[in-house]
Amino acid sequence: MLRDITLGQYYQADSVIHRLDPRVKLGSTILFIISLFVFDGAAGYLVAAIFLAFVINLSKVPFRFMVKGMKAIVFLLMITVVFNLFLTPGEPLVAIWKLKITREGLRLAVLLAIRLSFLIIGSSIMTLTTTPNQLTDGLEKMLSPLKRIKVPVHEIAMMMSIALRFIPILMEETDKIMKAQLARCADFDSGNIIKKAKGLVPLLVPLFISAFRRANDLAMAMEARCYRGGEHRTKMKPLHYARRDFIAYAVVLCYLVIGVAAGYLEPVLLAMAGITGGVSI
Amino acid sequence: MGIIKVKDLIFEYIRRDEEGNVEGITTAVDNINLDINQGDFVAVLGHNGSGKSTLAKHLNAILYPTEGTVWVDGKDTQKDEYIWEIRQTAGMVFQNPDNQIIGQIVEEDVGFGPENMGVPTKEIWERVDESLKAVGMYEFRKHSPNKLSGGQKQRVSIAGVIAMHPKCIILDEPTAMLDPKGRREVIRAVRALNDVERITVILITHYMEEVIYADKVFVMDQGKITLQGTPREVFSKVERLKELRLDVPQVTLLAHALRQEGFSIPEGVLTKEEFREALDHCVDALF
Repeated sequence: MLRDITLGQYYQADSVIHRLDPRVKLGSTILFIISLFVFDGAAGYLVAAIFLAFVINLSKVPFRFMVKGMKAIVFLLMITVVFNLFLTPGEPLVAIWKLKITREGLRLAVLLAIRLSFLIIGSSIMTLTTTPNQLTDGLEKMLSPLKRIKVPVHEIAMMMSIALRFIPILMEETDKIMKAQLARCADFDSGNIIKKAKGLVPLLVPLFISAFRRANDLAMAMEARCYRGGEHRTKMKPLHYARRDFIAYAVVLCYLVIGVAAGYLEPVLLAMAGITGGVSI
Repeated sequence: MGIIKVKDLIFEYIRRDEEGNVEGITTAVDNINLDINQGDFVAVLGHNGSGKSTLAKHLNAILYPTEGTVWVDGKDTQKDEYIWEIRQTAGMVFQNPDNQIIGQIVEEDVGFGPENMGVPTKEIWERVDESLKAVGMYEFRKHSPNKLSGGQKQRVSIAGVIAMHPKCIILDEPTAMLDPKGRREVIRAVRALNDVERITVILITHYMEEVIYADKVFVMDQGKITLQGTPREVFSKVERLKELRLDVPQVTLLAHALRQEGFSIPEGVLTKEEFREALDHCVDALF
């Protein structure tokens, strides 16, 4: 079940996007997400779609991997679309019983659907092309100015990477405990939701006990290897910007400028093409 | 004074019940004296609860003595200013391979110690490569530790300690969770380090076969050292070892049994080769 979520899974390939500095990818993803909320017309989204297609093509990650990540949020997407479709007040287009689909609602629903799916695809490109380790390294370096206001950036990054390291171990452990409890006639599947939740207790208690024991051992092992927080620490794989990273920043900047410009030029272009009104307002 | 010197070490911990009331005091380590020389291979034997792990944790400044003193490379472990130097001088490998690997890639885990010590990046890579080669795990450097076998994981842990360039490695039951093959791999790696790099090794274990190559063996029981000497000296006291509920290697047992039946076989036979030789002599003498 947990294994199906693409979001947060690394896809091994050798591409320019894979080789980029994680900070570039993090920063660009954030900029891309912001741009999605800034753009407000068809032209802007067209630019975003072209940009996405360009990056996906560069990343050499098969498109179906990104779509897989979408599956997890289909439900959320549907709810958002349906609510926006029916509950936005405005000029009615179709009315079924008490439910009205308004012009504004339709526009908002389509906009949100595009925004959300682009957002998911955009961020899965980042997670698919960056190892969790690079990601935490990038995050640590990006947030390091926050150290001045006493945010424990290094500690947070360390916790993230340890959590990532222990996910497969704890999953395996869950599996083992589950089998052990099943062998002793534990029932995880039948009954209503409350009964099922109660059934999880014999699974969770041993899991937590073992997780705490592991944490204790790990802390001791880290201390034995001279771990004492981020101070005086050097990096085995320090992050350095290369030329391609600056180029990537430039490309993202170009995308933003073109996107915003397209938003302004859209009415002009449409007027030139002889279409009045159209999708945008 | 040797690399590690322990004088009159006593460690007590307080047992508490669920409300936190003191139930009693357990003396885990009781008046131990040790002096270990640089380059030695020392084994500490004992069954569960004999205090051997507690002793090990004192040598790395994870636990501090209740009474007595521990010096590592001439530095008192109770002095705070020496703590990081001591942990670097005396590296420690623990029992559970999963719970001591921090990195998500083998080479990153090996680099963790040097990173903490503030070694420059270029030197970290040199140290990582040489330590992985020393334990024969170089070809796995890009792998995820989750996909390695127990013996391989434990060798990665050892590499992680060697990368810190310690003078001494303490291995706290490194083979307890491994299969026989993994156990052999780890012991072979440890012996190579001792032979080639002259790193002092303190091996804590309850497998007797692992200690036959040691220079000196200490047997612990109830927090005290009850037997000490070369493996031959220790294994010649078969009856005492049985009392301590320790498994004596089968060859040694057989030799002991034959000796008790009146055959002229020396005490403390450790390996099959030795036994065969002794048996040949015995047969020659008889006929």
